[in-house]
Amino acid sequence: MANNAKLKKQDSDEIVISMNGVNKWFGNFHVLRDINLNVHKGERIIICGPSGSGKSTVIRCLNALEHHQGGDINILGVTLDNNVHNVEMVRRDVGMVFQQFNLFPHLSILENCILAPTWVKKMPRAEAVDLAMSLLERVKIPEQAHKYPGQLSGGQQQRVAIARALCMQPEIMLFDEPTSALDPEMIKEVLDVMVGLAETGMTMICVTHEMGFARKVADRVIFMDEGQIIEQNEPEAFFSKPKSDRTKLFLSQVLSH
Amino acid sequence: MKTDHSTAYVRQEDAPLLPPPRNETGIIGWFNQNILNLINDFSGIGAAIRSVLMAVGTLAILYYSAHILWALIDFALIEAVWSDPDELKRVVCTTEIAGGIQHNGWHGACWPLVTAKMKFLIYGAYPAEELWRVNITGLVLITGLVCLMFDRMPYRMHIGISMLTIFPVFAYIMLVGLGDWIGLPYVDTRDWGGVLVTLVVALTGIIASLPLGVVLALGRQSKMPAIRYLCTGFIEFWRGIPLITVLFMASVALPLFLPTGVTIDNLLRALIGVTLFASAYMAEVIRGGLQAIDKGQYEAADALGLGYWKSMRLIILPQALTYVIPGIVNTFIGLFKDTTLVAIIGLFDLLGAAQAAINDAGWSSPVQAITLYLLVATFYFICCFVMSRYSMRLERKLDRSNR
Repeated sequence: MANNAKLKKQDSDEIVISMNGVNKWFGNFHVLRDINLNVHKGERIIICGPSGSGKSTVIRCLNALEHHQGGDINILGVTLDNNVHNVEMVRRDVGMVFQQFNLFPHLSILENCILAPTWVKKMPRAEAVDLAMSLLERVKIPEQAHKYPGQLSGGQQQRVAIARALCMQPEIMLFDEPTSALDPEMIKEVLDVMVGLAETGMTMICVTHEMGFARKVADRVIFMDEGQIIEQNEPEAFFSKPKSDRTKLFLSQVLSH
Repeated sequence: MKTDHSTAYVRQEDAPLLPPPRNETGIIGWFNQNILNLINDFSGIGAAIRSVLMAVGTLAILYYSAHILWALIDFALIEAVWSDPDELKRVVCTTEIAGGIQHNGWHGACWPLVTAKMKFLIYGAYPAEELWRVNITGLVLITGLVCLMFDRMPYRMHIGISMLTIFPVFAYIMLVGLGDWIGLPYVDTRDWGGVLVTLVVALTGIIASLPLGVVLALGRQSKMPAIRYLCTGFIEFWRGIPLITVLFMASVALPLFLPTGVTIDNLLRALIGVTLFASAYMAEVIRGGLQAIDKGQYEAADALGLGYWKSMRLIILPQALTYVIPGIVNTFIGLFKDTTLVAIIGLFDLLGAAQAAINDAGWSSPVQAITLYLLVATFYFICCFVMSRYSMRLERKLDRSNR
């Protein structure tokens, strides 16, 4: 517990992500409604909520995989708009891990990892390889470096995906339900890597249903429903004394089994 | 010990690992599964009828296949005339009753005809003293292609790039010429013919239609409406008209639109027509590959900050092209055979040259046409079959996701 307490101390007032009055529609469907969110450097945020609540859309807006239609999003001082240059600047510094891993199947694990550093950051290949190997070591699969994604288990693939994102040395990491596509026995190995990452002070926003993980690493838990932020609080308070009825209902459903 | 799985049970020792039953592996296994099992089932009246039909059908297919194969071997090899030492021309390939030297009822290939026409079939009317230029070009081409087939060839990448960049320029200089001053006098493309024209048209079409097809396919998926409509219109236009029409228009109608005095080489027109035509098909094949790529691949590339061109080049196209190798090679093979259509605008490709040789009265005989058509068919078959095999090898090599 002492370890956790240390973990949950964010020590910066610098705001790295700010969303002000963000709205978004899919066709006529109002998927994000007036989202306001500030994230400090080093802060670890868990977003949860029922499916279709817009939680994935929120974090996909943060690296412009989805474009917001109202309000402002500012990331590391760059305003996300239609300017392609701004979008690319933001994407360099924001890593993302997907539910379906999305490794590049035609490239080896190592090539997956060094691709973006060498092509986007123009890092020399040798340097990129060293970096990739050290990160593969950190996710505990350096011995798989020369295999192809199809030869790895789901848990291993997701750990590679994390390493691949880290190879860009991002300031912020986004996780979109990183364990939802995994077999139960592989969830832990991925969560362990993410806990390790949280311990390094990385700014993380994670959409997940893993409430144990949320308790362990989160500085703040955000509950979303119907495209809105319904409730947010520190994990202890969030889980023990939820205030909104919708939060209570949701927690009773996910925690009861 | 009796094991009953319906109640609580704990295995004490592992069941042994055994090899598969012998009659299911190897040649015997294949025979058992594919032949014997289908014809030895007499358990009921229906099964018996099926077995008998199966047996009769198998035998009939074997018989007729052997029959056709034998007829071909008999015609092309056994009965065939191989040489014409006395230069009798048509007489050597004609039966006695028709004034020749072969016994009545003889039916075989007339290979001396091919020997006599060989130069024409390969080079057309290319000037005899300049044939070395074609030979060297062909030799460089074959050497390059063979080198590229070996995966472990040193400098393979460099060879490949030079074959796509330097070689076309080299081939152009060698075949068309630069002028007398350098010892490479111009050779008018009207004198080109035979295999030379076939390969020039086919290879130009193949090499040019792939990148053009990629550009068109990407354009058709572009977010910019102007580019999308332009590419879609282009593709639909070229797919919507027959190649013969394209060639006719290029040959007959195009000069009407050009200012007087400006002429475009007939072969060049055919090359452009064939290339644009093939690129429209290629674009649709490649678009199929692009659509097969999971949306997550685009998103992962975007999220890593790869821009549009880098993500296309490094992530999307390598996968999309691998998926559609069978379709691409299908288009190549179709294009290769479609080159025979250039004969209708007066170019003597291999088929056109063979047609001319068939009309040579000096060799007139009942087997004249069959011999030449057999030769042409064999040439096309070998080329297409090699392409097909190579594509299968390439597919296996590039299929890393399932390895």
